[in-house]
Amino acid sequence: MSKSTHAIQHKQITEVSKPRRYGMAAVEIGIALLIFFAFALNISPDNKTNFVMTPGGITQGVMKDLILPSRLTLIVMAALALIIGLVQLFKGFQKRTNLMVGLTGFLLIMSFLVWQGAGQSLNLGGMLTSAVLLAVPITLAAFAGILSERCGIVNIAIEGMMLFAAMTGTVVGSLTDSLILGVLGAIVGALALAAIHAMLSIKYKINQTISGTVINIFSAGITAYVSQKFLQVNETINTPPMFGRAPIPLLSDIPFIGPILFNTNIFVYLLLIILVILQFALFSTRWGLRLRSVGEHPKAADTLGINVNRLRWMGVLLSGAIAGLAGAFFTLGSVGRFEEGMTAGKGFIGIAAMIFGNWNPIGSLGAGLLFGFADAIGSKLSILGSGIPTQFMAMAPYLITMIVLAGFIGKGQAPAAAGTPYDKE
Amino acid sequence: MKKEEQEKNDLGKAFFRKFNKEDGDEPKEKKNFWQSISIPALAILTGLLIGAILIVLTSPRVYEAFAQGFLTGIGTAFNEVYVSYKALLTGAFGDIGKIISALQSGTPHQIRVAINPILESLVVSTPYILTGLAVALGFRAGLFNIGVEGQLFIGAACATFVGYSIKGLPGFIHMPLALLAGMAGGAFWGFIPGFLKAKTGGHEVINTIMMNYIAFRLTEWLLTGPMTRQGAGSMPVSPVIEKSAEIPQFFPSPIRFHLGFFMALAAAWLIWWLLFKTTWGLNLRTVGTNPRAAKYAGLSTVKTTIMGMSLSGALAGMAGAVQTLAINRSMAIGLSSGYGFDSIALALIGNNHPLGVVLSSLLFGSLRNGATRMMVVSRIPIDIVSVIQAIILMLVAAPGIIQAIYHLKDLKTGDNKVFLSGWGGKA
Repeated sequence: MSKSTHAIQHKQITEVSKPRRYGMAAVEIGIALLIFFAFALNISPDNKTNFVMTPGGITQGVMKDLILPSRLTLIVMAALALIIGLVQLFKGFQKRTNLMVGLTGFLLIMSFLVWQGAGQSLNLGGMLTSAVLLAVPITLAAFAGILSERCGIVNIAIEGMMLFAAMTGTVVGSLTDSLILGVLGAIVGALALAAIHAMLSIKYKINQTISGTVINIFSAGITAYVSQKFLQVNETINTPPMFGRAPIPLLSDIPFIGPILFNTNIFVYLLLIILVILQFALFSTRWGLRLRSVGEHPKAADTLGINVNRLRWMGVLLSGAIAGLAGAFFTLGSVGRFEEGMTAGKGFIGIAAMIFGNWNPIGSLGAGLLFGFADAIGSKLSILGSGIPTQFMAMAPYLITMIVLAGFIGKGQAPAAAGTPYDKE
Repeated sequence: MKKEEQEKNDLGKAFFRKFNKEDGDEPKEKKNFWQSISIPALAILTGLLIGAILIVLTSPRVYEAFAQGFLTGIGTAFNEVYVSYKALLTGAFGDIGKIISALQSGTPHQIRVAINPILESLVVSTPYILTGLAVALGFRAGLFNIGVEGQLFIGAACATFVGYSIKGLPGFIHMPLALLAGMAGGAFWGFIPGFLKAKTGGHEVINTIMMNYIAFRLTEWLLTGPMTRQGAGSMPVSPVIEKSAEIPQFFPSPIRFHLGFFMALAAAWLIWWLLFKTTWGLNLRTVGTNPRAAKYAGLSTVKTTIMGMSLSGALAGMAGAVQTLAINRSMAIGLSSGYGFDSIALALIGNNHPLGVVLSSLLFGSLRNGATRMMVVSRIPIDIVSVIQAIILMLVAAPGIIQAIYHLKDLKTGDNKVFLSGWGGKA
């Protein structure tokens, strides 16, 4: 066992190469300049931004409005981003580089809000609540990706699994009128597709990205087929029960955080529970070590008596189960009916969140929240009546992902064996 | 036996023979050709069979018939499949009886109407040929271009812009110019992930997916902002392109058969020539199949990666341009219907060979066109084609399944293995 542990520890990044360090620094300093010149200097000095800190219709955990002097706040934010950029330039953050890019992205989003809200009032609490909800499917998809890639199977089929699960969840939920069975139906649906993915990529050893493509095409086709043939004709099988808001006693009374995290959809709690379990299982149990060793160096793991392909099957099936849960969120947690193509690429964005978060559950949650936040702003922006096209804000997560990818993946943070089938010779 | 020994002695020669498989003209290769055809053929057959099963399983009429009796049920099931697939066939290739009587009557108008389904199948196939080529070219260079959809959007937007904003040019300049603009736009959209892959190692699968979403948002903004048509109502749509920018259709409306189809065929021929008849193509394929060997041979992976992605993007952009310049004549948001993933399937089913791509595109273009009629006749959603396509792709990618189903001996399936790197940019 010691050998495989050694192999894993070796992969931790100790140094970020110079061009990448400079590139990241340039991005961070650029954001600082943007905040200063485009936002801070663009408003009158005595404007105030009024952040409403409690979502509408909430009585527990109320917090007073936060009133900020707009320009001063923006200047402070620009300075923070600048400091991060300068430290990055001269010293580098090594392991925390991703975190710092994420933080700068967060500063950009917040400063944008302060700038947009100058002279008005803005419901930050409500925005964060919807950001968390929007982050749920992205983060769950990222978790699904982590489970599968950590054991060495690239899974771009998460999108398809989610879509299929959303449909099976609706149908089972509507027919049985049971939430639990609906969720189980979603999970079973995704598991079936995960089994196909595992069979194609582990048993038949076909390229894992192609296998994922097969599932994505199949899922898009079959859900549209069933939807047109049955769900649109017979509404009774497309009206599942829904998870409502479920406040957790005591925790939901915490000001500000309470309404956002503890007086919301059950899926948010599930997400947090899975996060804890996953983080612990992957990094603190023997099972997790074995799973990771299979993803890093299958041959070494095999030599030590670990059944590589069994663990890979397990990883892919667990990945499918979580993707199923993410699919259930769409129909049983947020929309309440199945619509064609309703996952709208969230599975792919989840994969991006996984990479952003360094194949690490906590990191992926952070990335998922950032993406969710950008999404929430995008949909709120039109209400604010801003001159900035909403589409550009909506592009931000994708651009950030590409920047992060350009900066880090070359250094091999990905599980080393992800994408290669294991041939026992 | 002796020959084999000799071959063993001359490893270099054997390697080269294997390497230049496409040009081999020995009888042995011919046998391999038939064997490599048998897998796709059986895959297509199986896909259609599973499609039939899906039709039967989801037909309420079959269940009602089974309630009356087993034989009635079986009969209705076969009838259902027969009616549906017949509609699919006549939708795709026309009604043979009608074609014959039209040919006998001899009036050009009637002949045109009778063969319109075939022509329409070619029209539907055109963008598939181009996008399939784009993906196939990428695979040959060891690159997985999932960004075809985005490149197609950008290509369409560029072509549309040149098509309506420039006025007063003669057709023989304006149309090629708009087409080139579309190709350039697509090439640029492919260049970015290619550059990132070559220079930073950022994996093209993720980057092209991200570029897709950026393209969707960008075109959405263009169509609601700078490129919007005034007074067009609630659906964002661009102005109509100038007459001089149109790719000509050969027959009067409603027959949409256009020059773009032949452009797509020409592109296929050109890509074949580039890949298999030029040094550039050999280098590209070497980098694609064996990056390490390519490095030792002194080939530039950076250049090939960037060129491969750009050219792939140009083909996808051309698909978008052809579609707008020949068919839509303006750009709306709902331009594409999943060409991105379909093209991956088509490239792989066609074994990443230009001729194979053309054939698989013709097949699926016809299926899609026929499915429109099937939807009218027997209310079977058109998306059944996607299901069939996914199954065929699965069977082609994993020949082991076909061998297991049909109890075939281990077949030599040609080199439909795709060589792609993992996330880390390693081979």
